[in-house]
Amino acid sequence: MIVSLVFGTLYGLPNGFPDDPAVQITSNRSTELLSEFDAIRAEDALKEAGIATIALDFDGSQALIRFDSIETQIKAKGVIQAALGSDFIVALNLAPKTPEWLQAIGANPMKLGLDLRGGVHFLMEVDLRAAVSQRLDAYASEIKQMLRQERIRFRSVDVKPGGEIEIRFLNTETRAQGVERIRTEYSGAFAYREADRDGAAFISLLLAEGEQANIEDYAVSQNLTTLRNRVNELGVSEPLVQRQGRNRIVVELPGVQDTATAKRVLGATANLEFRLEALPDTPVRETQQFKFRAEDRIAQLERDIITTGNSVSDARSSFDENGMPQVNINLDASGGRRMADVTKTSVGRRMAVIFIESRTRNEIDRQTGEIMQVRYKEQGIISLATIQAVLGNQFRITGLDNARESSELALLLRAGALAAPIYFVEERTIGPSLGAENIERGLNSVIIGFVLVMCFMIAFYKGFGVIANLALAVNLVLLIAIMSLFQAVLTLPGIAGIVLTVGMAVDANVLIFSRIREERMRGLADPQAIRVGFERAFVTILDSNITTLLVAIILAGIGSGPVKGFAITLAIGICTSLFTATLVTRLTVEGLFSHRHLPKWAL
Amino acid sequence: MRMKTPSINFMVARKIAGWISIGAVIGSVALIALIGLSFGLDFTGGSLVELEFATEPALETVRETLVIAGFPDAVVQAFGAPTDVLIRLAQDNAPKAGDVVFAALQAAGFEVELLRSEFVGSAVGEELREQGGLGLLLALGVVMLYVAFRFQFKFSVGAVVALIHDVLIVLGIFALFGLDFDLTVLAAVLAVIGYSLNDSIVVSDRIRENFRIMRTNDPLKVMNDSINQTLSRTLATSMTTLIVLLALLFLGGELIHNFALALTIGVAVGTYSSIYVVTGVLLMMKISRDDLLVPEKEQEIDDRP
Repeated sequence: MIVSLVFGTLYGLPNGFPDDPAVQITSNRSTELLSEFDAIRAEDALKEAGIATIALDFDGSQALIRFDSIETQIKAKGVIQAALGSDFIVALNLAPKTPEWLQAIGANPMKLGLDLRGGVHFLMEVDLRAAVSQRLDAYASEIKQMLRQERIRFRSVDVKPGGEIEIRFLNTETRAQGVERIRTEYSGAFAYREADRDGAAFISLLLAEGEQANIEDYAVSQNLTTLRNRVNELGVSEPLVQRQGRNRIVVELPGVQDTATAKRVLGATANLEFRLEALPDTPVRETQQFKFRAEDRIAQLERDIITTGNSVSDARSSFDENGMPQVNINLDASGGRRMADVTKTSVGRRMAVIFIESRTRNEIDRQTGEIMQVRYKEQGIISLATIQAVLGNQFRITGLDNARESSELALLLRAGALAAPIYFVEERTIGPSLGAENIERGLNSVIIGFVLVMCFMIAFYKGFGVIANLALAVNLVLLIAIMSLFQAVLTLPGIAGIVLTVGMAVDANVLIFSRIREERMRGLADPQAIRVGFERAFVTILDSNITTLLVAIILAGIGSGPVKGFAITLAIGICTSLFTATLVTRLTVEGLFSHRHLPKWAL
Repeated sequence: MRMKTPSINFMVARKIAGWISIGAVIGSVALIALIGLSFGLDFTGGSLVELEFATEPALETVRETLVIAGFPDAVVQAFGAPTDVLIRLAQDNAPKAGDVVFAALQAAGFEVELLRSEFVGSAVGEELREQGGLGLLLALGVVMLYVAFRFQFKFSVGAVVALIHDVLIVLGIFALFGLDFDLTVLAAVLAVIGYSLNDSIVVSDRIRENFRIMRTNDPLKVMNDSINQTLSRTLATSMTTLIVLLALLFLGGELIHNFALALTIGVAVGTYSSIYVVTGVLLMMKISRDDLLVPEKEQEIDDRP
């Protein structure tokens, strides 16, 4: 019992220290860490702006500056960002004030859910069909390139709507060569189906069994990585980016105020494609028509893509000599090589940079009259310029509308493109003031409920009521300690779960006390009545708690977010109340009264 | 407070109670079927924005502003405090509708602060609905199995009938008053299942014990004595639970108001059903001493003087 008390106090204690509003500074570049010098620069800037700080912690890779209020914290973020520039990520944070000796034994405060601290919750769905069809497009493009390099002659490589790639060869010999080559290059990726018609040899490549699932899985995990990068670029502390189910991703950004920007950056599917302009003698099937983004003009481009934004290793926005926004791009090794290969033979031709974005629009279904969200791809040329010299892995692109667009494009290229388009299917934003209000209300109801129950117990059971109240207090402390230890997230329904636990936890005590009373009335001597009362009540307590626990577990299993928070608190609460009723109450009662009569005030 | 075991003759009123229960359940089913539950955003999909105005706004003006901004179907209502306004939009609006509404009101000169904004896609809503229904059935099934395993089949029927009774009445009241049924209310309903069961088990436990130790084979007397013996516990636990629920109901704020309400109704009804519904079903199934003859472990304790 003493062990449980000490444990409960130690691990519950950190929750007594409120968090400081703080600003966290980290370096934006993976190669460079934040130096102490940068941290001091930030502090100086704050001093100059007249913003008071509480403390500055620097741990070698990040700096944490604490403030006394949320308002100064927000002001300070702006000041620091302006002073340090875009090479640093400045994020709003809540820094726990837990003393170090408590942290050393792993005692940390509970995490607050979004409904208590404010922030945004997004649920996004990855468009798996688009992921597969994009992959097929990429395969087709690669196969074409490969066949050309190997000098295996073919007529066409097309992606058919049913999800297969059809290659038309001149004759069965070249087909055999081609298939041989594809087989070695993509072992196990395809199933092959040959057909001879129209005097040509066809082969259809179908995705092998399991391959589709692989592509889908890859798309989701790739998107997960990209979203993590983007969230980091946004400068949010303690974000949650997590896969949910087959094709969904949950993103939670605590403390984020500007949800519009967050949504735009997270959901942006902006990507770039680099293609050569078609020559007049390029066969029509090899070309594709594109519109310009800003002008009412079109251009014929080659179907083959030189490279895409996916091979960008770094991107920075800046301004060119005319003050127009531009993005300086570094390609990774393979992208740079392809760019060099293609431009080597194409000096003097023109290369287009295409800006691609997926969007949704509402359309009315003609038959049912329902409004549906239709997804479409918007692509436009942002620049079409003559290749002056062989391009390597460094170049710049222009033709963007404004500085915001260029800096967002740079951010998106840095963080990586989404492997497949994503769509928001659920979104919840809680303002910070509502969060604070929820905490206050939650705490109030816990305290008032707790006090009322205590009064009731004393009125009803006198001395034993006091013991029950002791057990109840231990129960509450233990519950909070266990939730802190497991780093469970406290939500508003979670607080409701605590309140409910307080109400229901006394049940075990009530069962025991009623039973003891009964046994006394039946004529048992007091010490015996106590012993029998505990024994008989225990079976009932176990049965009634196990069923509630079962329900709580089911609830935790099917529920998500707030409901889960409620279920977990309820489940932990049931366990702790079982423990306290059988241990704390029993030890106290037996310690006090096992060898004498119950005095009048006791029960 | 020294109390004697009361000897109220509960079973006298059992027929009336039975009719009241049957009436309440049929009424609830009718209400749910005819009026239907007013499902919240979680289950229907759509958008919702909660705003705090600096001064109490004229809801009509807010509505007009939204019509101009392109939301003719917006539902505007006061929420809790008079300066708090809740705006609901139907499903066909894109995820960004919440932001647009907020921006439109700011542009119209209102001094507003965004308290919360939610968007749930229709597919997600449908899934949550399915999951919720599944959870409810699963909870009932598991509970029935457990009680059948620990007690006896007739008790498990009694407990489950009591659960269904409680859940239907809570849902019926929500339908009657058109209260929003969202995820938190679903959680509350599941918690009601847990609570009501808790109560039923305590009573059943005593009935089982009394069948074994009492000399009489008159089920009515066994039931009556059992209820009387557990009455002080039943009331004490219900009271403490209701006390904290009322604290939540009045202090917890709008977000968990319906949650607390569902639980409060559920606990009240659950207390009643553990007294009348469980025993009613047991009597209807002609429970007798013979059903409980298989000796169990705790028999040992029970036989002591």
